[in-house]
Amino acid sequence: MISKEEILHVAELANLKLKDDEVDSFVSQLGKIVNMEDKLASVDTTGIEPTYNMGDTSTTFREDKGIHTQTREQMFENVPESEDNLIKVPTIVAKGEDE
Amino acid sequence: MNYLNETIDSLHKKLADKELTSKELTEQTLAGIKEKDEDISAFITVNDAATDVAKKVDTEGIKGNLSGIPIAFKDNIVSNGIKTTAASKILYNFMPVYSATVLEKLESAGAINIGKTNMDEFAMGSSTETSFFGNTHNPWNLDYVPGGSSGGSAAAVASGEVVAALGTDTGGSIRQPAAFNGIFGIKPTYGRVSRWGVIAFSSSLDQVGVMSKRVEDSATVLSTMAGHDYHDSTSSEKEVPDYRANLDKDMSGVKIAIPKEFWHEGADPEVIKQVNAAIDVYKKLGATVEEVSLPTLKHAVEVYYVLASSEASSNLQRYDGVRYGFRAKDVKNIKDLFVNSRSEGFGDEVKRRIMLGTFALSAGSYDAYFKKAAQVRTIFIQEMTKVLDKYDLIMGPSTTSAAFKIGAKIDDPLAMYMNDILTIPANLAGLPAASVPAGLANGMPVGLQIMAKPFNEQAIFNAAYALQEENKFYEKIPTALKGED
Repeated sequence: MISKEEILHVAELANLKLKDDEVDSFVSQLGKIVNMEDKLASVDTTGIEPTYNMGDTSTTFREDKGIHTQTREQMFENVPESEDNLIKVPTIVAKGEDE
Repeated sequence: MNYLNETIDSLHKKLADKELTSKELTEQTLAGIKEKDEDISAFITVNDAATDVAKKVDTEGIKGNLSGIPIAFKDNIVSNGIKTTAASKILYNFMPVYSATVLEKLESAGAINIGKTNMDEFAMGSSTETSFFGNTHNPWNLDYVPGGSSGGSAAAVASGEVVAALGTDTGGSIRQPAAFNGIFGIKPTYGRVSRWGVIAFSSSLDQVGVMSKRVEDSATVLSTMAGHDYHDSTSSEKEVPDYRANLDKDMSGVKIAIPKEFWHEGADPEVIKQVNAAIDVYKKLGATVEEVSLPTLKHAVEVYYVLASSEASSNLQRYDGVRYGFRAKDVKNIKDLFVNSRSEGFGDEVKRRIMLGTFALSAGSYDAYFKKAAQVRTIFIQEMTKVLDKYDLIMGPSTTSAAFKIGAKIDDPLAMYMNDILTIPANLAGLPAASVPAGLANGMPVGLQIMAKPFNEQAIFNAAYALQEENKFYEKIPTALKGED
């Protein structure tokens, strides 16, 4: 089971806002999925190393040298709002918050 | 152009003999897509500039096997100057400024990007129903799903719109739609193909692969696009064989393992019948077939949905409405911009996966879910490795049922997730795996799944080719295509 409070907390962590009916359906759907995932508890994993990465996981090194790929103009092609060659976003620090 | 009776070799011959120019072929391909996509809707974006590219190929002269031949790309493979959406509203207007390595390599070989195919949003789904751009229809029955997430690529190939298409496979997204559409589809070994420029879903599982009617065509395409890439440190430096030239259908002495858990009770008996018949073909051809056991298979779906969702929740943090893609309107501050862009931009299934993953990674859940699943993954890999120490190939059904009706499972995520049980194992263990047509169950295609040791794609191509040459499934015409005989 997963509670309504947990769903709202996880949504907050994930930067998602759920409508009331979405919260209800997530409580039921994610509850069922998490119940399914709970079956993992029955597997004895004592002393078993977790597999987080696949393939040859040796670290790759390369020369510390800058390379030119895209231009500034290209990088700006997809920017939704810009001004003076900068990406425009709404207020980051509200008035009073920085004091 | 109708590709139902063509192969890369037959097209190459026509181009090399100047019976046909690449420009003509490309124009005919575009016309074929336009006509067939009225029913199938396999494409999100058709590349109208393809004809100009073809003209250039004609001028420079037809060179290798792929030179001048149009190929389709799943819409999570970024293409310079051609809209790439991952079938999501959050990328509805995204115009890449570079191309994925797989696309670049195929273009260097003269192949032509004819367009971008429909898929489940961010490759999350098994039916192509989670796409922001609507459903794709199965060419064997338009009321049925093409499978997913590479459903558009599969339907485009099966309906004869293209000779081959690229897909991606995180938990079965190439093999399941290949099975549902009666075509061949291969997910190579983890690390065989560069993922630079492929929109990330689950980075320890994702791999790019090929789908085509004929086994030999996927062999040609994979040899061309595989190999190490400076931009992707997970890509292997192992040499890439010429899979096409090395095709060998001799099955004598090949040792095949069939895990009994793949024949589980929930499977459709008609599907099982076709798969058993395909395995009998290998016995007839001189292979030895023995039953084995993969006891941890019953936990594969659990492991997969914890790990894939966790990695997805991390990979999809980058979509915030700031630098590209959909940006929510009327927001007061930056937090609202992030939250509203994501909440309005992602579809239900993507939100579900992000929520699941964020939950599994959150304080208090990490050990019980994320770490636990990663440990069970280790046990499962050990089981698979043990089997492959003794056998050349593992075979079983690709799916537990044939294609289902559009709408049948979309409201039941858990039932949809269970679709993936037979394809997930190869992703968890990083193994190469393919689906090859085995026959029809109540008029819908069934796939035989073939897995092999890491980097032994050749063994898969050989076995699939052997079955193809016996059952000649490619001669069957999908039943919902109009005007075909």
